[in-house]
Amino acid sequence: MAEQASLQGVYVPSEDIVAREIEGEIIIVPLVSGIGDVEDELYTLNESGRAIWEKLDGSRNLDAVVKELTDEYDATEGKIEADVRGLVDELLRRKMLVPFASD
Amino acid sequence: MTDYVRRVTRPGKRFGSRLPRLDVELTERCNNDCIHCCINLAAHDRRAREREMTTPEVRGILAEAARLGCLQVRFTGGEPLLRPDFEELYLFARRLGLKVLIFTNARLITAHIADLLARVPPLVAVEVTVYGMHADSYDAVTRVPGSFAQFRRGLDRLLERRVPFVVKGALLPPNRGEVDEFDAWALSTPWMHDRPGHSMFYDLRHRHDDAEKNALIKSLRLTPQEGLKVLARDEAKYRREMGEFAAKFMGPPGDLLFRCGAGQAVCIDAYGRAQPCMGMRKPDLTVDLRTSSLSDAVDRLADVHDLRATNPEYLRRCARCFLKSLCEQCPAKSWAEHGTLDTPVEYHCDVAHAQARYMGWLEETERAWEVADWRARLQ
Repeated sequence: MAEQASLQGVYVPSEDIVAREIEGEIIIVPLVSGIGDVEDELYTLNESGRAIWEKLDGSRNLDAVVKELTDEYDATEGKIEADVRGLVDELLRRKMLVPFASD
Repeated sequence: MTDYVRRVTRPGKRFGSRLPRLDVELTERCNNDCIHCCINLAAHDRRAREREMTTPEVRGILAEAARLGCLQVRFTGGEPLLRPDFEELYLFARRLGLKVLIFTNARLITAHIADLLARVPPLVAVEVTVYGMHADSYDAVTRVPGSFAQFRRGLDRLLERRVPFVVKGALLPPNRGEVDEFDAWALSTPWMHDRPGHSMFYDLRHRHDDAEKNALIKSLRLTPQEGLKVLARDEAKYRREMGEFAAKFMGPPGDLLFRCGAGQAVCIDAYGRAQPCMGMRKPDLTVDLRTSSLSDAVDRLADVHDLRATNPEYLRRCARCFLKSLCEQCPAKSWAEHGTLDTPVEYHCDVAHAQARYMGWLEETERAWEVADWRARLQ
């Protein structure tokens, strides 16, 4: 069973995907088999997903991501936390995101 | 699928990239010597190999294509797996986030390559041309003894590893009696959901480099009636699809020459020249990427859509012909046949007219460019 998002967790994009930005959208391209639902597909993130994705660079845990986004956007911390957990859970399930292992 | 992560449908139209697709002819050399081929050089042609793009050159083009928003590259040839750097270029393209469409005869699908494609999938089915269903017919087309056995082993390796592939045929005298057998076999493979396509109206040599081969190619082309018999072998499907095509695309085109996708998916030949399409080798319509950028080439090649015909015969016929979008006549075919962009190719004209007569759109002696009430004919 895929790991579930933890607010203390730090996450980074999996090395098994390539994230590209085209015409302002984030496109996730699987590199290996078993990523996402369906072989041969590309994936994109919605607007909330993109804002969260850009902060998943291994430099902050999810709690910090939630706090930063609460400062930047006009939404309650509760709503933002729900979005962050929702996106990270989905990306973990699809193996597009992995826990960050610091050296 | 939740709202956060969505699958992308029709990515080419979705993102409006400057260069949604790229074709790269990795080599003109081939390990087959097919009787009908319009481009192949010998696998060990040293001069051709020395002129080919280097690995850094291909990598540079791929990297620039990715920056221009390219989503898919096609590796073709000749036989692209002949390149010793194929694996490196394939992985480089995939790590740029490109889908990679591979056109191959499958003879060089080794266990190692098949493992690679299983581990790092191309994200689009490999396309394999099949030259015959048996060793005698296949090898008679390729002129390489043992090529059928190698092709079957390559395909089996893809099958074993569940690497998706699709197949298409090339109708030629040695295999013409195998259409039904080929169709049935193709439909039994896991990723073919419709009858395979068959090439049959072969192009002459794109580089005007072999008059003797051109004579052979002309002799191998199916006649319009023979071609029609194959195209319409599922008559109901053919009539339905032709009707749908006619409703969307038929009508006199006027004098603009490039009313096709040329210039939208840039094609790079084996020597680093960008072309508006794979068949268009006219030197002044190509851009040398050894001295220009791919971005420059994309802009310059888009200009082909402004080119107009000047040949009076073209203006009398093709420019006024409601079958033009059905006809394979195009500047690339005209270039291959006649060395110009706008000379009617009689063979393609005859093929299009045969189809139109079969559909009941034309009487036996009518020529489509003389028909004023073509809209009524297509109802």
